[in-house]
Amino acid sequence: MAKVFERPKSLIDIPMHYCPGCTHGIVHRLVAEAMDELNIREKTIGVAPVGCAVFAYDYFNCDMQEAAHGRAPAVAAGIKRVHPDNVVFTYQGDGDLASIGAAEIVHAANRGEKITTVFINNAIYGMTGGQMAPTTLLDQVTATSPYGRKPETEGYPIRVSEMLATLEGAAYIERVSVHDIKHIVRAKKAIRKAFEYQLEGRGFTLVEVLSTCPTNWGMTPAESLKWLQDNMIPYYPLGVKKEAK
Amino acid sequence: MAKATFDENRCKGCELCVSVCPKKIVVMAEDRINEKGYHPATVEDMDKCIGCAFCAMMCPDVVIEVEK
Repeated sequence: MAKVFERPKSLIDIPMHYCPGCTHGIVHRLVAEAMDELNIREKTIGVAPVGCAVFAYDYFNCDMQEAAHGRAPAVAAGIKRVHPDNVVFTYQGDGDLASIGAAEIVHAANRGEKITTVFINNAIYGMTGGQMAPTTLLDQVTATSPYGRKPETEGYPIRVSEMLATLEGAAYIERVSVHDIKHIVRAKKAIRKAFEYQLEGRGFTLVEVLSTCPTNWGMTPAESLKWLQDNMIPYYPLGVKKEAK
Repeated sequence: MAKATFDENRCKGCELCVSVCPKKIVVMAEDRINEKGYHPATVEDMDKCIGCAFCAMMCPDVVIEVEK
């Protein structure tokens, strides 16, 4: 019998700290599989965020650098400019990228920094205990929006991919999801394509992955996937937002 | 002939593998708990496994290996 599925070489063989059913683990694996398939593990440098994925540097079997909260794109841009032949990616959640790190991601994209960002959007702050994020949906109940998010006081959920797609420096931007097998396969293709764009030196690339947070959403992992599909996808439509020719 | 192997002590009992198995053969082992304190996912009727690897692709903790 031949192996049809095994752990990618780019993912270190240790248990991950994520909560049961958290889709961070799936996305970690997809990034690692993309590194394996493109055979770029030895020349890849990842930049870890602050948030649940802060320990990403323990899991990816490539060089890793930790960045201050939200500053991963700035750190990655610096690494890429000094090491233009390396593949540089950031792995960031929505609290990290869309809130405190909003300036860094906008300007990294606008400058066309030749880095890849994997952006996890689960509509909540995970590590700190389920507070409202910039991506929290309207009427979504969180620890800091106990009556639901209201646009009059908290504004609207930010569609990061659409916003960055307006910038000239962005070469490839796609929003994907990991709520079922079909979408997981698509998500892997998108991450791989982003790396390929970077290898071709085309400019800034970002893949936004709609994800779940069963613990802070207060649902089972299976219910979370259904909630993502029913509530997040209508507001955050999937697909390619920008693709430079 | 296909086989799914579960690294049971890595399982966190999230049951996502159970939810995607087209043959409905992935179950939680109610008779035992693993090092983490969860009932681990397992397959009892391996003859019915078709090796699609859906369980492995859905598992957030890379618990499952699939051979075919």
